[in-house]
Amino acid sequence: MTTQEATSAPIKVRRATKSSWAGLAVITPVLILLAMGPYIMGRGLQQNLVIMFSLIVLGTMWNLLAGYGGMVSIGQQAYIGIGAYGLVYIADTIGIDPFLAVPIAVVIAGALSLPISFLAFRLSGGYFAIGTWVIAEVVKLVVEQMDVLGAGSGVSFMAITDLSPGRRIAYVYWLSLIAVVVAVGVTYLVMRSRLGLGFTAIRDDAVAAGSLGVRVTRSKRIVYVIAGMGCALAGAMIAANTLRVQPESIFSVEYSAFMIFIVVIGGIGTIEGPIVGAIVFFALQQWLSDFGVWYLVILGLLAIIITLLLPRGIWGLISGNGRIRLFPVGYRLANPLERFALIKDKTAVADKGEPSA
Amino acid sequence: MEWLNAVLQGVLLGGLYALLAAGLSLMFGVMRIVNLAHGVLAVVAAYLGYFLVDKLSVPAFLCILIVIPVMAGIGYVLQLGLLNPALARGGLAPILVTFGLAVVVTNLLQQFFSADTRSIQTGAIATDSIQITGDISIGVFPLLTFVVGVAVIAGLQMYLSRSRTGRAMRAASDDKEAAQLMGIDNRRIYAIATAIALGVVGLAGVFLGMRTQFSPTYGDATLIFAFEAVIIGGLGSLWGTLIGGIVLGVAQTVGAQINPAYGILAGNLVFLAILAFRPTGLLPKAVNS
Repeated sequence: MTTQEATSAPIKVRRATKSSWAGLAVITPVLILLAMGPYIMGRGLQQNLVIMFSLIVLGTMWNLLAGYGGMVSIGQQAYIGIGAYGLVYIADTIGIDPFLAVPIAVVIAGALSLPISFLAFRLSGGYFAIGTWVIAEVVKLVVEQMDVLGAGSGVSFMAITDLSPGRRIAYVYWLSLIAVVVAVGVTYLVMRSRLGLGFTAIRDDAVAAGSLGVRVTRSKRIVYVIAGMGCALAGAMIAANTLRVQPESIFSVEYSAFMIFIVVIGGIGTIEGPIVGAIVFFALQQWLSDFGVWYLVILGLLAIIITLLLPRGIWGLISGNGRIRLFPVGYRLANPLERFALIKDKTAVADKGEPSA
Repeated sequence: MEWLNAVLQGVLLGGLYALLAAGLSLMFGVMRIVNLAHGVLAVVAAYLGYFLVDKLSVPAFLCILIVIPVMAGIGYVLQLGLLNPALARGGLAPILVTFGLAVVVTNLLQQFFSADTRSIQTGAIATDSIQITGDISIGVFPLLTFVVGVAVIAGLQMYLSRSRTGRAMRAASDDKEAAQLMGIDNRRIYAIATAIALGVVGLAGVFLGMRTQFSPTYGDATLIFAFEAVIIGGLGSLWGTLIGGIVLGVAQTVGAQINPAYGILAGNLVFLAILAFRPTGLLPKAVNS
């Protein structure tokens, strides 16, 4: 780059970085490998990976809410349940193709989340958290009264059981892998957009963002609806994986606990954090499952300690507090040092010749 | 007549909810902390009462004299050790920390007391009742709970408005920095507030344990009921919390009168209706900070 060019375009903004190109070079083969899963993995492993994929989707969505929107929800299980029941009802009772039923269930969840947001947004902070929980409880109590959804005992997902088990598990696996790519991809694209810049501003200071013209409530509502749809997608994955939906388990507040642990442990407010968090959480869950309730005790303590001592989570450690970015959503100067030199040059030029008035 | 009875029982139940909610309301009022571990801490108090009465044969109502100071001590330590650092972190930290705490404590209770339901035996008073008319009678224990609930709310209100420490709490709540300049040690004031809040939670937890069967996960419902009482009544108003508790209690008993399965749902729906149509609650604080 010559000085001439630099002077004519003094500010060059770059979005991708070396680390993000390197990240792409790692992620692409991993995705290709995962896509070949059904050909190279056993059924048990595939089903376990579906659980992990659903955790990644849930964590990504909760991070969108809390990490970018500043909304701590402990009621996202409402949408998990809506997605799960929606899939079963649309595919089994109405008779629409199950793989078409998934996006329909997701859209329904989004449509429901919009009016719900008007209720939930009456509250803020910790009271917003409990308010979302109450809403999830109401959804559960209503579902438990609906005989068409199996009332208190729940429903079985029948539509895909005529497939052979191997084929069924492979389809669900691919569906879940696509769901992860869509959830992370949508988050990435949203965060790169103008909307995302607004979210980042809201995350840092909602009042200041508002005064600079970011439409705070509208942005939060968009986040809330996207998160509702994403959680419904995860709910559909869970239903397709377990073939059984019961109100007590699908509307369990434990899902919210999982989401919070995933995001806090992985690193709140980054796209990479929830992915790392979900993988770590999944590994801990497998590893600590022999310890009974102790595993939730350990996870809870871990969440408290990380919140207080390591608020950027594991990804913050790995990335050196944001120097490495696999998903470049920010804006950075192409070469801050060069720009610095440029300013010095300019002043030098001004000093030398150009007779300024 | 049975409807009138349901309303009356609901009012009395409201006394318990107000008692449960008072601590939540106080902590939010002073520190803007919403303690998501509030419900499970009430259950901890219930287990403590159960342990004292059932295992150590402490007379039922005397266990309160031990539970309250123990819970207050836990509150003081909790504030200094965990909540003050979380407040210093700011942002989402207090919510995340209290949520983590709730999960930890719930599962520790599971570990040590199993998932079986328990209750604190109170002897004859559990079934005693006062006959008012042919169809309506009031249980002595629910009445006692209600009276204690009203007394605690009145006492807290007096404490906040009259005592020196109470004034300091209100000052710290209104303007933290200004209060500090006036020589108020916020961290200590917060610790006292949480100690009082958990002392009240201790009392509420024991009454809860005497009234119903509880298990480690009972904290979830307890938190939700306390929260609904606070919001229905209006944030930042202790008398509002009492009214909120009564409204919630009546909604639940009347709902259950219609169909036993509708009790809790009716309470939730009344809460959502308040949220939709009167989001400041029934008795909002006159001046919002």
